[in-house]
Amino acid sequence: MQIPAELLYTKTHEWVKRGANDIVVGITAHAQEELRDVVFIELPKIGKSVKQGEPAAVIESVKAAFDIYAPVSGTISRINDAVAKSPQLVNQDCYGTGWLFAISPSSPDELSALMPSGEYAKQIQVETH
Amino acid sequence: MIPTTTLRQTALHERHRQLGAKMTDFHGWDMPLYYTSILEEHRAVRQALGLFDISHMGQVLVKGPGAVQTLNRLMVSDISQVGQNRACYTLMLNEHGGIIDDLIIYRIGETDYLVIVNCGNRTTDVEWLQAHRQGETTVVDISQGRSILAVQGPLASRVLEQLLDAKVAGLGRFEIAPIRTMGPEACIARTGYTGSDGFELFLPDHHAQRLWDAILSDGKLRGALPVGLGARDTLRVEAGLRLYGTDMDTATSPFEVGLDWTVAINKPDFIGKPVLVQQKQDGVSRKFVGFELAQGPVPRTGSELTVDGRRVGTVTSGTFSPILSKPLGMGYVEPAYTKSGTILTLTVRAQRYPATVVRLPFWKADKPAALSAAASPTLEKLS
Repeated sequence: MQIPAELLYTKTHEWVKRGANDIVVGITAHAQEELRDVVFIELPKIGKSVKQGEPAAVIESVKAAFDIYAPVSGTISRINDAVAKSPQLVNQDCYGTGWLFAISPSSPDELSALMPSGEYAKQIQVETH
Repeated sequence: MIPTTTLRQTALHERHRQLGAKMTDFHGWDMPLYYTSILEEHRAVRQALGLFDISHMGQVLVKGPGAVQTLNRLMVSDISQVGQNRACYTLMLNEHGGIIDDLIIYRIGETDYLVIVNCGNRTTDVEWLQAHRQGETTVVDISQGRSILAVQGPLASRVLEQLLDAKVAGLGRFEIAPIRTMGPEACIARTGYTGSDGFELFLPDHHAQRLWDAILSDGKLRGALPVGLGARDTLRVEAGLRLYGTDMDTATSPFEVGLDWTVAINKPDFIGKPVLVQQKQDGVSRKFVGFELAQGPVPRTGSELTVDGRRVGTVTSGTFSPILSKPLGMGYVEPAYTKSGTILTLTVRAQRYPATVVRLPFWKADKPAALSAAASPTLEKLS
């Protein structure tokens, strides 16, 4: 299972990549594998304010719809139009072209609540055994 | 105390586990939801071949000189018109004209009928059949020790023709033939629940296991996949086929769910007939339709359908069609909104999506085309 070391992770299986002006958000390989067959993605509007731990987007697989939570509070700065058009990008490249949205954080210290890759790997192990 | 439930397993359970299937609890049975991907498995059925274990469905034998009268009193169709080695899709109603189950009845002998019932209704159906026996009739649930395989897709006929010592390619739609080398009541029928050409096989467990292995283990069968209940659902929606418990139940009339064609209203008598005769005069207050979205979310059971802000219906089934690449739904609307082209509104998470009423089925198989030599495997017969 791919868990890139340079990213941070949430308990709800989002990954976070820190950039110069905003943080990029997607779902992990583990989440993508659990969902399988992603067929629809509803992204937030640019400029929308989001709160840490609250739903910010929705991913639908054939079987069900799943909330994607904002890893930190802030304002939506960018969204991935390509993934909205081709939802299967989440299955094909969840850490790359399958990213979902970016947040311009309002309280950057919230990042400290997120997990480094090692800790996230442990969490998945606990969940799957 | 923590309640523990032991899920029932089919004779192919170990194979599903070895294939890495994601399992799900389906009416108390531990069944494969998917092996690799619902979308991939769906495409395999449409383009090549899909193999399903549907042994959770009940196999009931109704036999004896009174069998045809028994079935004719219980079913909406005229069972006396079902010829030997033929099958009939029909409905069993209660006294209120509500649907107890939808089932396929195969006439496998002069007075022998194999009735395939939905897994969730098995006990109810057997009790209902027992309680309404006419004349000299026996009703036996013969599911124990037996399996059902569905082999569906454009390659199905060719593959089974080579593997089985039975009538396969020459079998007509809704025809059934015995497989004499596999024991009493072992049969192959050209029926299915996918909309693609295909077969269902009713076999003793060990023969089902061998056939399963023969179909999957052969590397020559490119494009053949085992298929779980996930794709079974997406396939049946694409084909506009109703699912009992989701699209209809004991509160549904055959006329509401659009299965009028199964009803032989001129039969002298059958359970539920007086209600249907009345409904035929008065009409029904809701009708089953299919609708499609150009794009958007998957319509889910229970979602509202509106017109100009007024609720006119409810979604009962929905999926994303891998073949048509758009969301599809089925459900009930007021009779005024059933015409093809009618625009309904589906609201999902406060967003409105236009949903266009279309004729069912959404997808229909082309006439079987000649298969290329590359798709033609060479297999050895099972004996």
